[in-house]
Amino acid sequence: MKKLETDILGILQEDCRYTPAKIAVMLDKSEAEVSAAIAALEARGVIVKYTAIVNDERLSDDIVQALIEVKVSPQKTSGFDAIAEEVYRFDEVKSCYLMSGGYDLAVFIEGKNLREVARFVSERLSTLDEVQSTATHFILKKYKIEGTITDTEDDNRIRISVHA
Amino acid sequence: MRSFVNQRAAELKPSGIRKFFDIVSEMKDAISLGVGEPDFITPWHIRNAAVKSIQRGYTQYTGNRGLPVLRELISRYLFERFAAEYPAEHIIVTVGASEAIDLVMRAVCDAGDEILVPDPGYVSYSPCVRLAGGVPVHVPCVQDNGFILTPQQLERCITPRTKALLLPYPNNPTGGIMTREQLEAIVPVIEKHDLLVISDEIYAELTYGGRHVSIAALPGMKERTVLINGFSKAFAMTGWRIGFVCAPPELDAALFKIHQYAIMCAPGASQYAAIEGLKDGFTDNFSVVESMREEYDKRRRFMTRFFNENGLPCFEPRGAFYVYPSTASLGVTGEEFANGLLRAEKVAVVPGDAFGDAGKFHVRCSYATSMANLDTATGRIADYVKKLRAGKAE
Repeated sequence: MKKLETDILGILQEDCRYTPAKIAVMLDKSEAEVSAAIAALEARGVIVKYTAIVNDERLSDDIVQALIEVKVSPQKTSGFDAIAEEVYRFDEVKSCYLMSGGYDLAVFIEGKNLREVARFVSERLSTLDEVQSTATHFILKKYKIEGTITDTEDDNRIRISVHA
Repeated sequence: MRSFVNQRAAELKPSGIRKFFDIVSEMKDAISLGVGEPDFITPWHIRNAAVKSIQRGYTQYTGNRGLPVLRELISRYLFERFAAEYPAEHIIVTVGASEAIDLVMRAVCDAGDEILVPDPGYVSYSPCVRLAGGVPVHVPCVQDNGFILTPQQLERCITPRTKALLLPYPNNPTGGIMTREQLEAIVPVIEKHDLLVISDEIYAELTYGGRHVSIAALPGMKERTVLINGFSKAFAMTGWRIGFVCAPPELDAALFKIHQYAIMCAPGASQYAAIEGLKDGFTDNFSVVESMREEYDKRRRFMTRFFNENGLPCFEPRGAFYVYPSTASLGVTGEEFANGLLRAEKVAVVPGDAFGDAGKFHVRCSYATSMANLDTATGRIADYVKKLRAGKAE
């Protein structure tokens, strides 16, 4: 990837609200160059979506999140992709990755309560023909989300200093 | 009772802008662009190294010069990063670069010796010279040539009593740097008058658009140069108080005596932290330092552009993490601007004359704060400038 693209992604991943004009100043490029690069990243599907990182523990509504390890039997023609699609098409599934190692699909799901998650696993996921087994792990606490530590360290600096 | 304060301490001027600082400290919702230290926190692995050293019981004095491993690493660091050659035997690990400045002044100044100090410059240089019995002679530097020192400026300030030149680049507060050519241009003056160079390179790693050039790396200059540097700015380690000084043998011996008697040694845990910073740096070409530098660089461009587009001419700083725009076109001094801005918009900047008379019509703005803060602060500054222009501000 070109340096400009890497630099732009770095800034947008830090805060996607920066305008092309501001990014252009920060990177010493023209606004047109930055806009074009962002458009290209979007067109290529590198930038999938602009979103906010939410620490749902700070929300008052309780939600339950779990990581489900899923073992599946791949199909002859479509490999893992077809069965993965069967899984990720469910609205409850927030993320779905194909993994190397002890299981095949890592499925992150979210529900209103334990019962809802349990029902999803037993009634929807396990009943798929290709699913051999599942192991459900509930998420207890999030320390770091998308590269951001949830408990940020305070700025303890002296507010103004010239003797330094 | 008689006064127990000696004449030198009594004659030191108290900081002229103490009152301004107090107001800022009280105003909790103000955004401060007055902070003179990185907004990054010391990298985790460096913090960890210090914790481990304490847990293992390395809680004693180290050798006076500092841990041999650390000095070897510093020697290698200076050579690989800045082409400055100092053997570990002639390096002293100090309590921050600040101790090094004080040590050098005490080792160099005889009563009445004149030390050239660029103006604007870091606030502690002149008091340290005075406390050591020397006389600071301010060399005025101007925005038009990027606040550098020129041979002509130096010649104008040199007298038979001139003993040393303090060379603080990259510069706090201006952000000015001196390139190889600019340094080479002043070397003949330094040699002609047989001056010592005291090179404070604490911001060396924060140089933008090129590598920092140490005057100690120029031919024949190491013999008459004391190099001061440290970990505070490059590794975001201000509170650890860990720096170093490298000097030619005769001066090194004198520095060592003073350090030994006055300080004993730099804090052990901080030395172990510094070892980790350098060791890790050598494994990946100092990527930690580099990523912080790149972040500052974005903010630097943002701030320089902002001031120039809003009618406060600002020379493009090439080092440190400050911009130093001029308030002259608004018809106000830096102090008036800083006071008005703080009251009207709750943004704190430092009046330029805190760093010497040459800064009367400037303010220092630190960009060692988040882009989000800079974004908000610049919006407020723009509002204040509009009010000033319209004659609606106090």
